[in-house]
Amino acid sequence: MDFRDTPDEAAFRAELRAWLRDNRPTEWDPQGDPRRERWGVEQGKAWSRRLWEAGYMGLTWPKEHGGQAAPYSHQAILLEEIARAEAPEHVGIIGLAMAGPTLIAHGTEAQKAAHLERILSADEVFCQGFSEPGAGSDLASLRTRAVRDGDEFVIDGQKVWSSFAHIADWCILLARTNTEVPKHKGLTFFLVDMHAPGVEVRPLRQLTGDPEFNEIFLTGVRVPADQVVGEVDGGWAVAMTTLLHERGTLGFALTVRMEVALRRLVQLARTADAAGRRPADDPLVRDQVARLWVDLQGLRYTNYRALTSLVRTGIPGPEGSVAKLHWSEANQRLTKLALELLGPAAQLDGPDSAWGGYWQYQQLRSRGNTIEAGTSEVLRNIIAERVLGLPRSR
Amino acid sequence: MDFAFSEEQQLLRRSVRGLLAGNWPLDRVAELADGEAGWDPASWPRLAELGCLGLSLPAERGGAGGDLVDEAVVFEEAGRALYPGPLFATVALAQPALAAAADPAPLEATAAGERSATLAVAEPDGPRTIAEAAASACVAKRDGDAWTLTGTKTLVPDAGIAAGAVVAAQASDGVAPGGDGQLALFLVDLAAHGEVVTARSTMDATRRLGDLALDATPATLLVAPDQAGQVLAATRRRALALLACEAVGVADRAIAFALEYAGQRQQFDRYIGSYQAVSHRLVDAWAAVELARSLAYWAAWCVASGDEQATRACAGAKSAAGEAAVAACESAIQCMGGIGFTWDHPLHRLYKRAQWVEAFEGVGADHRRELAARLLD
Repeated sequence: MDFRDTPDEAAFRAELRAWLRDNRPTEWDPQGDPRRERWGVEQGKAWSRRLWEAGYMGLTWPKEHGGQAAPYSHQAILLEEIARAEAPEHVGIIGLAMAGPTLIAHGTEAQKAAHLERILSADEVFCQGFSEPGAGSDLASLRTRAVRDGDEFVIDGQKVWSSFAHIADWCILLARTNTEVPKHKGLTFFLVDMHAPGVEVRPLRQLTGDPEFNEIFLTGVRVPADQVVGEVDGGWAVAMTTLLHERGTLGFALTVRMEVALRRLVQLARTADAAGRRPADDPLVRDQVARLWVDLQGLRYTNYRALTSLVRTGIPGPEGSVAKLHWSEANQRLTKLALELLGPAAQLDGPDSAWGGYWQYQQLRSRGNTIEAGTSEVLRNIIAERVLGLPRSR
Repeated sequence: MDFAFSEEQQLLRRSVRGLLAGNWPLDRVAELADGEAGWDPASWPRLAELGCLGLSLPAERGGAGGDLVDEAVVFEEAGRALYPGPLFATVALAQPALAAAADPAPLEATAAGERSATLAVAEPDGPRTIAEAAASACVAKRDGDAWTLTGTKTLVPDAGIAAGAVVAAQASDGVAPGGDGQLALFLVDLAAHGEVVTARSTMDATRRLGDLALDATPATLLVAPDQAGQVLAATRRRALALLACEAVGVADRAIAFALEYAGQRQQFDRYIGSYQAVSHRLVDAWAAVELARSLAYWAAWCVASGDEQATRACAGAKSAAGEAAVAACESAIQCMGGIGFTWDHPLHRLYKRAQWVEAFEGVGADHRRELAARLLD
């Protein structure tokens, strides 16, 4: 047991930190309200390409597909340092965290050659087409149909809550290819060209006011059969790989983002009003801030435990689900406390308000944390059944 | 970074678990707890044989030359087994002062399983915790090389069974003052002066508290004032990290009882563990314990490697693990319904140990107060 960086990890971290200091885009304002200060797609892609050219993308991916074949700890350090530097993320989050690992595990050589390197360089942006209006937590009940027609499949249906679909070139999409079998057994995993005829994307506005995700309508979309990932009707197993990776090393980025937010919360708590009153002098506030600090450290070291089990077994352990479950609720408590500290002025969310709308956006956005990437209720079911061995709830 | 126990530590874990489960299973612990002595003294040399009583002591002092991470493994297992005996009192509380003393004999006797010891800092109208020890009203008087102590100590862990007590007292003569004034640490031979001990009825009967009424009681000087403050601060960090590990073991065991029950008990023709009202509460208890486990191991590692974050890591670990263990036991009791509420089921004994851990050396809110001062002032 040793929580320090190894000499190799320390060297990688130092080099990355220096690179981020010199290259972090100045036009990116991490404290801004994203509803007003839109970071453009082209800026995001240019930044992503620089990360790739500097050798920081695909750290754990195989070398023949543009990766670095580096240890998982480097990926964790990358996520930590990008979050700590408050630099923007690579625009291809879905490709990096979900589509790429899924193709590495289940893709054909042609699929890997076509997409992996282009994901890293941001030449291709992926989105995810899993959820539907009638299939959220119960994903396997999805109804989008894919019907074989010669060397092609014809896809009709609707997908929802799809982040990045408005800028995506490709979609990893689950569709039903067999209605004669139990619902998990009739699904197929496709790579769908988002520029193909019949694909229509409509933005969905969230309660923050921000259109972060979209609906995708598919009408007679023709997909060549060689764009099936894994077996026809074998898509459920492929999708499980995707979801496992979604929660894999994500915890590192989430935890450091919370570290940054907690630092700001401390700053807010220590700010005196005109009468010299500081929220930090209130014992209740002090207890809550300290509790958040303990939560944050618990998450950080739980991530390290998860990383150790990933390195030793190659499979993300249950610690990842724990981290996501706990982080989402801690982040909701943190942002809500920030609004409480702002007092009656918490309602003011314009550029002329105390934090320029930052805390209001963060607090509203945090409500999505317990819904996206597996609702807390589904995560609890997964932990109950797969980790604790309790009987299925149904 | 590497967050895994070594092969040797895993072997140690299996050995301790095997020894405790094989000889002192929970029904035996319950009998001992309900009996006069509260423990089985035959267990003490057995723990010493496994090396559990001197893990972080150097080999030339009768130890294994390991560190607090090795001891973390032992304490987690002792918690899981609800081991009744002066392990925490001796290894966590007394050994740092014994190790700082010039005479190696008392320390080596504890490592060899020949003696046990505890620490007496709290007083009825004075300090309540190790952190407050300097406020002691207990007085040490010197007569040549001999010392006598006068004053009252309370809340002394395992006072009724420990062979010796490390006692914090103000040394009035002939020693140079240190950072905590005249506070020094002495050893009182409780085996020879049993008349000073009053056992107190304690909620957790597996780790009873007692009072010491010292009235010119002979004592030997272990640590002079110039070192006493440092030794007590180090003792406190050890105690907090090891209590956190113990709490994780206790919580694991409580959750295991609840999971077993929820997977077997049927109501309305279904296993109760299939109801989300039951399963989600257990998941939350388990998840809190997993975070506490990470913090407890981190704290142990920080103390073992002299990391600059050791003090705050210990505060964070103790606050999280103490509360998580209490909550895990409460969730387990709720899950098991009437069964969990009976005296016959061992769950209440785990619950009381969790509460013992939570109460000792500051509850969660006390540690958060300490952390808030570091974060906000």
